[in-house]
Amino acid sequence: MIELILEDRCAACNKCVEVCPTNVLEIVPDGIPRIAHQGDCETCFMCELYCPHDAIYVGPDCEKPEPVDAQAILASGLLGEFRRNHGWDEWAGDPRYTNEHWQMENVFLRARGAPKPAGA
Amino acid sequence: MSIARSDDTLHLEADVLIIGGGLAGTWAAAAARRTGASVILADKGYCGTSGVTATAGPGHWWIPPDPPELRETAIRNRQKTGFGINDPQWMSRVLQKTWESLPTLSGHYDFSKDETGATRYRELRGPEYLKALRQIIDSLGVTVLDHCPALELLQRADGTVSGARGIRRQKGGDWQVKAGAVVLATGGTAFLSHLLGSHTNTGDGYLMAAEAGAELSGMEFTNYYTVALAGTNMTRSMSYAFATYYDEDGNRLPIPPGPDIIRPLAAAMLKGKVFCDLARTPDDIRAKVPIISPNFMLPFRRWGINPYRDKFEVTMHGEGTVRGIGGLRVVSRDCSTSVPGLFAAGDAATRELVAGAISGGGNVNSAWAVSSGQWAGEGATRFAARQRSRDDGQPIGQAGIRPASHHAVDLKATLSIIQNEMLSYDKNIFRTGDKLLRSGELLGDVWSVFHAHALGSGDTRLRTRETAAMLATARWSAASALARDESRGMHQRDDRPETDARFDHRIVVGGLDKVWTATDLAPPLELAS
Repeated sequence: MIELILEDRCAACNKCVEVCPTNVLEIVPDGIPRIAHQGDCETCFMCELYCPHDAIYVGPDCEKPEPVDAQAILASGLLGEFRRNHGWDEWAGDPRYTNEHWQMENVFLRARGAPKPAGA
Repeated sequence: MSIARSDDTLHLEADVLIIGGGLAGTWAAAAARRTGASVILADKGYCGTSGVTATAGPGHWWIPPDPPELRETAIRNRQKTGFGINDPQWMSRVLQKTWESLPTLSGHYDFSKDETGATRYRELRGPEYLKALRQIIDSLGVTVLDHCPALELLQRADGTVSGARGIRRQKGGDWQVKAGAVVLATGGTAFLSHLLGSHTNTGDGYLMAAEAGAELSGMEFTNYYTVALAGTNMTRSMSYAFATYYDEDGNRLPIPPGPDIIRPLAAAMLKGKVFCDLARTPDDIRAKVPIISPNFMLPFRRWGINPYRDKFEVTMHGEGTVRGIGGLRVVSRDCSTSVPGLFAAGDAATRELVAGAISGGGNVNSAWAVSSGQWAGEGATRFAARQRSRDDGQPIGQAGIRPASHHAVDLKATLSIIQNEMLSYDKNIFRTGDKLLRSGELLGDVWSVFHAHALGSGDTRLRTRETAAMLATARWSAASALARDESRGMHQRDDRPETDARFDHRIVVGGLDKVWTATDLAPPLELAS
């Protein structure tokens, strides 16, 4: 679930408040959005995807909070990875991040012909 | 931001009201607007991120029209795998409608080209797909109410549905829309199982429609499950096509490749922890996964797991009526329910007509959402144009809104009973008549108390109503699974292992205080136009 909104990066555009499907965030006048209802977070990562400032970190655990250290997350390189792989905003047109979702069916077909695990 | 007083209600009026802004709802809104209706779409969350498509990536059921044998063969095969309760005419309609519809997204969705240079219309990545649909309905002039969950329908004395009302959960106060017709595109429900993207989908449309007098169909087919890294909701299935599964001692589990992994995996999980690796994934596919399904690797990377090397624990999340297939029964080619002025689309409607007794998966279910959404939107427009009544109708919500007497009801405890009956592998995958009978009785007892006494207020209004909807849905599911006294498709009864020709038909279910089931003996719908 959502763990952090990094004050240094957040521009308080409040896009995350708008797009969160489960209404986890709240606008704070003259401040950055507040994680008001963390327990309602469904860990869909949509806030990260829609954050052009890469200021949000969502932890993988969908059942309970898993507090993280802001400095460690900043240093991890994980922030913004999702939006980059989607090729959104400044990554649009970058050939490394072209949408290849259409390959999904080919992957399933390849799996059907893949080597069986040993002993199968 | 100004906060309206809680007794403030925003009153709006439109020809067509769409409830739900996922795949089916947005297609419905676009179709209704294009046929000339004024349209309001109310979404519980944000239209663009809400629902199960936004976090996924559907590859629609997609067969070219030429040569005609291609579709004929696909339909015949699907009838076999669907165990005969699907309908060739509906399948044919859905294939054609999907084929015509997806290319119309050009200009809003940046379609990929494959290695031959051909445009790939079939597979669309969820976030971009829903973003495109939102752009389209905004540009068509649909009024979108984000963060406006519907709580109940409005109905006139003559039985026609005349709108709905709900909550403005960010702006404060309530909303009420008077409409000539209503489309329910509220999705299915996975009973808050931690299925990715499903937490806005709590079966609200099923309950609202049942209160208006509608019935459902196929509610026994609610036991499809999807694998995820334990502790996460990442139910993206593509990469698991290369999975190898192990028991706690590291012995390889004999899980067959293909779609029939649910029962053997569930049996193993009932014995102990199950682990997995994706070591068989070819290197070139590993390199592409982040740009095929960008969310799949997020949990692994964040927990420092290399799924191609490390064994990791897995779980399965129930899909309820999401990749299950039951929902509101549709009674006409424009996806009307049996209640005049009320239409159903996408996972809110039964997908048996196309999917049959097995999961529609992403392909059939998304093709159904695209098609049924547009048929419902157009049908609602026609209904609204004929509607002459000036009567506003009355709000008709019962459970959680208008109890006989108010006593505190524990929402968390109620949800945990629903989940235990509807999601546990033992009860829901390895079904028997005895277990289903006990589930039905327990859920019926819980319903009696809930219906008589639960009353949401303030922050609990929505969750109270959602809990009522999941509870009602669970009862219909248990009753239908008991009534289908055989095994067929995903519905496997350990006490009735054979498929029985006496059940070569769909099972209809309904009722709130008293749940009933019936055989759907209606002749095939008159589809000739």
